[in-house]
Amino acid sequence: MSVKVRIPSPLRNYTQGADVVEVSGNSVGEVLNGLKEKAAGIETRLFKGPNQLNRFVNIYVNDEDIRFLKNLETPVKAGDEVSIVPAIAGGIS
Amino acid sequence: MSYVVGLKCKECGNRAPVSPVHVCEACFGPYEVEYDYAAMKGKVTRASIEAGPRSLWRYKDLLPVSDPKTGFNSGYTPLRKTQRLAKELGCSDLWIKDDSCNYPTYSYKERVVSVAISKAIEFGFDTVGCASTGNLANSTAAHAAMAGIRCYVMIPHDLEQGKVLGSLIFGPTMVRIRGTYDDVNRLCTEIADKYGWAIVNVNLRPYYTEGAKTYGFEIAEQMGWRLPQHTVVPTAGGTILPKVYKAYREFIELGLVEDNQPKIYSAQAAGCNPVVKAIHKGIDIIEPQKPNTIAKSIAIGNPADGYYVWHAVKDSGGWGESATDREIVDAIKLLARTEGIWTEPAGGTTLAVAMKLIQMGRIPKDESIVISITGNGLKTLEAVQGDLVPPEVIEAKLTEFDALLERNRAEQKPAGKATRPAVSVV
Repeated sequence: MSVKVRIPSPLRNYTQGADVVEVSGNSVGEVLNGLKEKAAGIETRLFKGPNQLNRFVNIYVNDEDIRFLKNLETPVKAGDEVSIVPAIAGGIS
Repeated sequence: MSYVVGLKCKECGNRAPVSPVHVCEACFGPYEVEYDYAAMKGKVTRASIEAGPRSLWRYKDLLPVSDPKTGFNSGYTPLRKTQRLAKELGCSDLWIKDDSCNYPTYSYKERVVSVAISKAIEFGFDTVGCASTGNLANSTAAHAAMAGIRCYVMIPHDLEQGKVLGSLIFGPTMVRIRGTYDDVNRLCTEIADKYGWAIVNVNLRPYYTEGAKTYGFEIAEQMGWRLPQHTVVPTAGGTILPKVYKAYREFIELGLVEDNQPKIYSAQAAGCNPVVKAIHKGIDIIEPQKPNTIAKSIAIGNPADGYYVWHAVKDSGGWGESATDREIVDAIKLLARTEGIWTEPAGGTTLAVAMKLIQMGRIPKDESIVISITGNGLKTLEAVQGDLVPPEVIEAKLTEFDALLERNRAEQKPAGKATRPAVSVV
């Protein structure tokens, strides 16, 4: 099952500049772990431990933050889009 | 002269040269500007600051900009010792830092935008932009107009009309996005990537956030070069609170103020309080929320800098509380009728939370307290519109006025409670 993973610019040196990579997997965790087959080294940027994302890495499935879903266990199906987004803030008034 | 050394990741310590990057390539942590404090000692002094302009640029030595391009009249807003509000709350040393009158768009955002746009021009960008809940959009659009640089502002679709018009008037390209602030922010990250624009609170974020320190510097200087024991600050994205704390620590480091171990408190709306919840739990993991509050300017459910708010609060020995929409509106009205300051719901939140902390005994009534008012109520008429009784209408006859006064007296209203029957006499 193949889903699109959107790669933010700080990580594109792992994907030869590609902003979208197709990866297969049944859950967000499987997809992100599968990413290293196509982008060696990227896992060290995403994870700080097994199944533990870095604090400043936010993951979205079809525009929804996975923390509102089932985190890394969130199921994905063909055609879904997984986005890796650096957590940045702004706002206050 | 500049005391900037470079950028340093707040999370892993990775270093980078001064450039328009905001995310550490090693860990995605935020970059922060690093200064050479040792070189500042003896050169950045009370006297050197006092000799500067009456704007936020009087603290230029502690900012990452060597050649300011805008903001020459921004900052240096009043710090007022309150009389009537202090009496109402039973406090003896209660102050308001009032950015509701900051120039030119009436919010604390002038500080961060002045620094970010100056830096954008220095980097050679021809377009600036922002993701905003309204105030930042107003400020970015106005400062871009002053500096003569192209501007795009992106806002959630459901903002108060005052904040929409308050940006459009300056002539930016404005885009309303269906979604919450967090959706807008995420889109802006992608826009900054794709179009190479200076999004002030995205790819210029390390410089932008430094501007917020000037709010803290001013509090310290205006109190007579001392720090308040307690500072209550609103939290949305989490920019200002850690930077006020950093400002205090920098002044202590430079020997400009005595270290009285100032405590910092976070104020959030009950309808969007991810940081306060984490403070109460005692764990520095911020669970995102879907915001639901009238305090739209601080309705940010996924504050990445929330982690740093949590640590500034905990390190300083402060605390956090949240206020309901009802408490927020009541606090807006209280501040207006006791001190003549009309703030927006973010300011109402901060005052309501300060009142709670005082009632709970977390903030002692006889110690120095600063309440941070960061925005202006004229932009958010909707927040109080249904809560104020419309005035009576009478004929232009003295007898009618006499009768009206008579009726008001008969009601024997308690002093200070501005209520009137909702009837029109025509």
